[in-house]
Amino acid sequence: MDALPDHMRPERSFQGFILALQRFWAEQGCVILQPYDMEMGAGTFHPATTLRALGPKPWNAAYVQPSRRPKDGRYGENPNRMQHYYQFQVIMKPSPPNLQELYLKSLAAIGIDSAVHDIRFVEDDWESPTLGAWGLGWECWCDGMEVSQFTYFQQVAGVECAPVSGELTYGLERLAMYVQGVDRVYDLNFNGREGADKVTYGDVFLQAEQEYSRHNFEYADTAMLFEQFRMAEDACKKYLAAGWREGGNAKEHLMALPAYDQCIKASHVFNLLDARGVISVTERQSYIARVRDLAKACGEAWIHTETGRTV
Amino acid sequence: MPDLLLELFSEEIPARMQGKAADDLRRMVTDKLVAEGLVYEGAKAFATPRRLALTVHGIPARQPDLKTERRGPKIGAPDAAVQGFLKATGLKSLDEATIQKDPKGDFYIALIEKPGRPAIDVIAEMLPVIIRTFPWPKSMRWGARSAKSGSLSWVRPLHAITATFGLETEEPDVVKFSIDGIGAGQTTYGHRFMAPGAISVRRFEDYEAKLKAAKVILDPQARKDIILEDAKELAFAQGLELVEDQVLLDEVSGLVEWPVVMMGSFEQEFLAIPDEVIRATIRNNQKCFVVRDPKTGKLTNKFVLTANLEATDGGKTIVAGNERVIRPRLSDAKFFYETDLKTRLEDRLPKFEQIVFHEKLGTQAERIRRIERLAAEIAPLVGADVEKAKRAAHLAKADLLTEVIGEFPELQGLMGKYYALAQGEDASVAAASEEHWKPQGPTDRVPTDPVSVAVALADKLDTLVGFWAIDEKPTGSKDPYALRRAALGVIRLIVENTLRLPIVKAARSALAGLSVNADSEKLSNDLLAFFADRLKVQLREQGARHDLVDAVFSLGGQDDLLLVVRRVEALGKFLDTDDGKNLLAGTKRASNILAIEEKKDKRTFDGVPDAALYMLDEEKALAKAIDQVKSDASAAVAKEEFAAAMSAMAKLRPAVDAFFDNVKVNDDDPKVRENRLKLLNEIRAATRAVADFSRIEG
Repeated sequence: MDALPDHMRPERSFQGFILALQRFWAEQGCVILQPYDMEMGAGTFHPATTLRALGPKPWNAAYVQPSRRPKDGRYGENPNRMQHYYQFQVIMKPSPPNLQELYLKSLAAIGIDSAVHDIRFVEDDWESPTLGAWGLGWECWCDGMEVSQFTYFQQVAGVECAPVSGELTYGLERLAMYVQGVDRVYDLNFNGREGADKVTYGDVFLQAEQEYSRHNFEYADTAMLFEQFRMAEDACKKYLAAGWREGGNAKEHLMALPAYDQCIKASHVFNLLDARGVISVTERQSYIARVRDLAKACGEAWIHTETGRTV
Repeated sequence: MPDLLLELFSEEIPARMQGKAADDLRRMVTDKLVAEGLVYEGAKAFATPRRLALTVHGIPARQPDLKTERRGPKIGAPDAAVQGFLKATGLKSLDEATIQKDPKGDFYIALIEKPGRPAIDVIAEMLPVIIRTFPWPKSMRWGARSAKSGSLSWVRPLHAITATFGLETEEPDVVKFSIDGIGAGQTTYGHRFMAPGAISVRRFEDYEAKLKAAKVILDPQARKDIILEDAKELAFAQGLELVEDQVLLDEVSGLVEWPVVMMGSFEQEFLAIPDEVIRATIRNNQKCFVVRDPKTGKLTNKFVLTANLEATDGGKTIVAGNERVIRPRLSDAKFFYETDLKTRLEDRLPKFEQIVFHEKLGTQAERIRRIERLAAEIAPLVGADVEKAKRAAHLAKADLLTEVIGEFPELQGLMGKYYALAQGEDASVAAASEEHWKPQGPTDRVPTDPVSVAVALADKLDTLVGFWAIDEKPTGSKDPYALRRAALGVIRLIVENTLRLPIVKAARSALAGLSVNADSEKLSNDLLAFFADRLKVQLREQGARHDLVDAVFSLGGQDDLLLVVRRVEALGKFLDTDDGKNLLAGTKRASNILAIEEKKDKRTFDGVPDAALYMLDEEKALAKAIDQVKSDASAAVAKEEFAAAMSAMAKLRPAVDAFFDNVKVNDDDPKVRENRLKLLNEIRAATRAVADFSRIEG
């Protein structure tokens, strides 16, 4: 830590904060991935979590994932609600016996000292109806604030996890606000510099929040989105159908990943339609079920691929 | 005798599951011990967020020896039977068997002695089974072993098992077993942050003491006591008063192994939000207690938090952190509240057109219109102003669409009242928003304001009739729409407000408002029977006799619940008197005789007895008494004077007694016999003026 320049310290800059987490998890043997290049509602959607959680092969990865929640947009006026924010995601398969200890050490690495902070694991069972996934775990509290989500996946994409993965999700802005001691996300120091060189989170994202809130709630082209949903759904099914091969005495699938991209796409388009308020309460359930069906079919395909295969 | 110590050390167990888990562990282990012939002296179980622990003391060191006899074949039975017997019993030859004499033929008996095993071996066998079959509401797999089927499931990953068995005076033995790679031993761990090291424990006493030294308070009750006492004291020191909250206390005590109670504060400006909203915000989201000013009864800007840590900075960071979290939460709540105040309740109603109440019962908007109509019909019967009742029903559900209720559903009704008052509604109309949900259960307060009563009845009757009409009645333990609670609510509203509300008529009217095809006659009878059942449960819980409810409902046409209750009360009192008891006995006797003779003759003895056939004075006296009582009792019942009706009944008793003492019913003359049986039937008929005595027990 001493070698770290001041502006890169986790309590000084948002980017330093992210780098500290990446470095910590790299030291635990995780591959540090870059964000997936598609719009998604949470880091869990990244195929490095959803698909890699399936099948017997060990997998340890960590990455930042920009997360889009169109409905949470507040035109940049809310101190901590945004339609675009960052999650830091860790997945370890199988879940190591000391995952809780590793998590606590990671907090120490970003400047949260368990000698003065009250850190707690409070029951929170996780379920994603769109992913056909569930797990048991906790919200992790620091002095009464939820700072992470800790889940032992039991089922993903309708497939039982064997072995079980441990998943950690850190809400980066919220944690960084706490560590930097600011009350408004846009006041976060992004680059750790002071004076004229200082770049804040607001400098980077405020305008985007305003523009996307306008887009998500008022102008997103719903006719196009309905069409996109249908197209993504059709494409997903088409790629899944085309990917199956009968090889020897086992079925295999050759296109699970491209098919899954279309599932991610459908899910995000649905979130946009939902934010525009054009999906009724009853329709909502059926849209969620349609995305879940895609996710399950992708999971089924994945466990017949080279990487996801059982034996 | 030796003691058993068991600890299951895991990752954090959800607070809400800890209490039952401790009970289950104690029950499962002690039941199994007893089933194995190991009768113990006492047992106690404990839970913290990270461990379930059990101590069982006074277990015999060995199981008792078991002697069993096993009957074998007859002497001289075929060899195959003899060989089978020897094989099954482990005897070497028939010489080892004894012979039992029997008139039907002597046979062999094997005496099998099964020596008792050491208790520690029995325990080592039973614990893995108990752990594998432990009834967690939700359990999970974890780690590398979860790749294989059959891996252990536990509430959260299980890390260590401590199991020791032995005498107080000696070094105990480890109960040797292992489950999914976790071997039982005598090593546990202290507080996650303050004393995370391994601790070697021997038996319960040093286990509990060493844990305490390692900043873990094992006993949940002790943690609760600490939290409550410290919280009260912190408040008291500032001249304030803790708002006690048992449910929150239970939860908080399940979130800490070492409670450290501290006080924080928030900005005064948030006190502009209603107290209930502040409390819900702080309690639900932050699991903190709120504090009131004993002089005004209003909340103050303080809260009490329970940390799991003696922080090295004295807790400054923790308090500041909690304050930083509570501030935006209250800020949100204030924003929600103020936003809600900007829209009038009636302006929210159009949204209900889009919200389905139940797919077969239409939208919420339709339901609100039905309740409005029904409330207007009921209003005059309960002394409520019709216009106010309609207005109240119109607005009563509107708060469901407010921001505050979206966040805190448990405040439904209460917020409606605040918003109604804020927009200048009549006080009774506003109160109905909150009160029409009541009573929520057998102990909840029953509203008394007529406007609230009218809306509450309309709401509940619409629910009941609606679900009856689409045949979604409660069955067994399933009652997803809480219809039993709704029916009990109707009963309590009527009885406790002494209201006269014919249920059948109200039900028919409610049904008329529904666009569902249902047989009105059958539905209202069905529903009435359901009310009768609920009333029975209710009266039984109050210590009244449920058979009396049957006796009254069995008269038929009893749909005025208040009269039913009054009749049951009067009947109960009457049956406590000698007159009542004897009349009941006489009536039962008459019924029994009739039942036998009716069966014998395969006919009934209805019809008026012929006065010319009365042979004895007692017959004439009884006939006269019956006539008198019938008319007196009926007149009293017509005036709803049930006590008077019962007194009239009492006059029947001497005549009935005298009749049974001096008259032989089964006279040799068949005509006289028939006439006397008809007279007995008249007793039964006369008592039906007040109740069906045949339904009364005893």
